[in-house]
Amino acid sequence: MKYLDEFSDPVLAKRLFDDIRAITTRPWALMEVCGGQTHSIIRHGIDQLLPEEIELIHGPGCPVCVTPLEIIDKALEIASRPDVIFCSFGDMLRVPGSGRDLFKVKSEGADVRVVYSPLDALKIAQENPDRQVVFFGIGFETTAPPNAMTVYQAKKLGISNFSLLVSHVRVPPAIDAIMRSPDCRVQGFLAAGHVCTVMGMAEYPELAEEHGVPIVVTGFEPLDILEGIRRAVRQLEAGEHTVENAYPRAVQAEGSPAAKAMLADVFEVTDRAWRGIGMIPASGWRLSPKYRAYDAEHRFSVTGIDTQESTVCRSGEVLQGFIKPNECAAFGKECTPRNPLGATMVSSEGACAAYYLYRRLETPDKEASSVG
Amino acid sequence: MCLAVPGRVLEIEERDATRMAKVDFGGVVKDVCLEYVPDMRVGDYAIVHVGFALQRLDEESAKQTLELFENLGVLEEEFGDAWGKAARDAGAERPSGTGLPPTDGVEKEARP
Repeated sequence: MKYLDEFSDPVLAKRLFDDIRAITTRPWALMEVCGGQTHSIIRHGIDQLLPEEIELIHGPGCPVCVTPLEIIDKALEIASRPDVIFCSFGDMLRVPGSGRDLFKVKSEGADVRVVYSPLDALKIAQENPDRQVVFFGIGFETTAPPNAMTVYQAKKLGISNFSLLVSHVRVPPAIDAIMRSPDCRVQGFLAAGHVCTVMGMAEYPELAEEHGVPIVVTGFEPLDILEGIRRAVRQLEAGEHTVENAYPRAVQAEGSPAAKAMLADVFEVTDRAWRGIGMIPASGWRLSPKYRAYDAEHRFSVTGIDTQESTVCRSGEVLQGFIKPNECAAFGKECTPRNPLGATMVSSEGACAAYYLYRRLETPDKEASSVG
Repeated sequence: MCLAVPGRVLEIEERDATRMAKVDFGGVVKDVCLEYVPDMRVGDYAIVHVGFALQRLDEESAKQTLELFENLGVLEEEFGDAWGKAARDAGAERPSGTGLPPTDGVEKEARP
């Protein structure tokens, strides 16, 4: 079997592929929610080794990809201010706003700094009391607790020159929105393992019941993904739709009580726009009133942003699983990692970047063939 | 930044009334907050995301995942030279004020 020797345990991988083949009697479409899972799937050719009947649809689980253009533009405006040190994770540097990105703003002289952790940004604030330090707080339920803790610490330590530009998103409302779409083809979900490490599994039974879909909490390693697929297909073939945990070494049913308590203190649920998808009710977090003083949007009054999305980019359809990346006319042509039109190409966790990196090109062009 | 990376706790200290640790990610050592997994001990493995331990992990799983993430380039992404990567991706010069010219690896850049 092609690529099989790349699995950490090829014998177990073959057994899982054989099991999946044995139980599959008809076509099924599964969505892997997490961008990390997408990369593992494409890197190891899992989608190509599965029975033809099983289609993997790539989900919206890349935080960089779904951060709305308006927030990127606000980040760029705040970062351009001379009194500001703007701190971000490295993977946001080249996400395109309306015409520029953080890399370009830095090149023009802004004080943009890459940090590993939000606590690093807080430390910069302590060391620079005469500057405003803003941290770009994006991400899913995995990233929100660290950012919540950082705001909590800022308040506790009385650090008043720190603020958070918040654009946190929540997975369960996105699953609900995907299932409600009239064009939805998804019949089962591989839920994002590390999101569940924090949140546990309590939010999923209602979704599985309401939409009649199996939801299997799944890790990132190839064998984890195969096990997730095996369990989802077994349920579908049996006409079941329950929630299963196929990543028990990292996920407990109740999640992380300490992280959930901090989230409940620092954030409150809000409607949130997802880049390429649009508004999803109750799909995000913002700072709760108690911590509103640390909200960079309020502190810097960034309003009146005129956003301008690419008219060519189809990343919204990729994020919802309506098309595969290489079905977009711009893919690998005017849209490449060097000149990304949308965040799904610029983010290393984006589905378009995964397809490009691992050469899933229908008609590889000159530039594409030089990659890797 | 999406994935959480396993690491081994090397030492633990209180800092600003917060439980912090030095954690080793296959050779790269970073400061990590233990407040969400307060019972971690030196020698334990944890899943760490953006400087926060999120859950304990057994040693074998941790080592397997670290190996996979290294092969996938996740460690370079997480701990490497973000400005250098952005400059290469953009086909541009590294902006001023972002450190020395590109280095040849994760370890050199990320070790404290």
